[in-house]
Amino acid sequence: MAETKAPARPLSPHLQIYRPMLTMMMSIVHRITGAGLYFGMLLLAWWLIAAAAGPNSYAKFQWFMETLIGRLVLFGFTWTLIHHMLGGVRHLIWDTGRGFGPVEREWLTLAGLIGSIGLTILIWIVGYLALGGVQ
Amino acid sequence: MSGKDVYRTPLSRVRNLGSAHSGTMHFWRQRLTSVALIPLSIAFVFIAIAMLGRNHAAALQILGSPLIAITMLLFIGTTVYHMWLGMQVVIEDYVHDELPKILLLMGNTFFCITVALACVYAILQISFGV
Repeated sequence: MAETKAPARPLSPHLQIYRPMLTMMMSIVHRITGAGLYFGMLLLAWWLIAAAAGPNSYAKFQWFMETLIGRLVLFGFTWTLIHHMLGGVRHLIWDTGRGFGPVEREWLTLAGLIGSIGLTILIWIVGYLALGGVQ
Repeated sequence: MSGKDVYRTPLSRVRNLGSAHSGTMHFWRQRLTSVALIPLSIAFVFIAIAMLGRNHAAALQILGSPLIAITMLLFIGTTVYHMWLGMQVVIEDYVHDELPKILLLMGNTFFCITVALACVYAILQISFGV
């Protein structure tokens, strides 16, 4: 078959032409959090390998987690995981064809955002209580 | 319609699943893993809370118990498959040049298999070593 060059055609409107909306922003955030968790899995790998390697390696991992940066990374990981999970639940609801109404879709999306922040804070409170308070 | 299309019956299109040559398997597995990851992620958060702040010996004891180890293996396997599918879609959406796209898709597979194997190896070593 001869090489044919596609003629220049007009492009359909893309992201920058639309007014930012909550559902759209959260759709983008869902993808970003997914990508974040993708690389965040390296942290889990480090944790498990350090535990398997021995007390010295594990102490290094624990030292990092107790620094401010380590705590921030862990807090970020928690929120990212919870937000991506709640976003996933919303998408599963949408997959069944439900929740697409103008009110429901906004409500579902906002609930995901508020829920993820609330749950993350709750998990950290429970975490600190489980460890016997702030050290 | 080009000449070749004339000979393609609707049945042959269905059998070959169109130009993509695959059906909804990718979509379905993304959903399947996402449903599985709801309870598995919640379990993982609890395991992480139980482990963080404890010393090495206590961490080994927690990870070495069969129920925890099996839950972690399920979580890791499902997560890595889920993220492999997800990153594939992201690459296909944003990288259109053929060579970078293929290299990134390969890199995605290498990364996911390496992360999965490293995590699984560590857990098994802890489990069988306890």
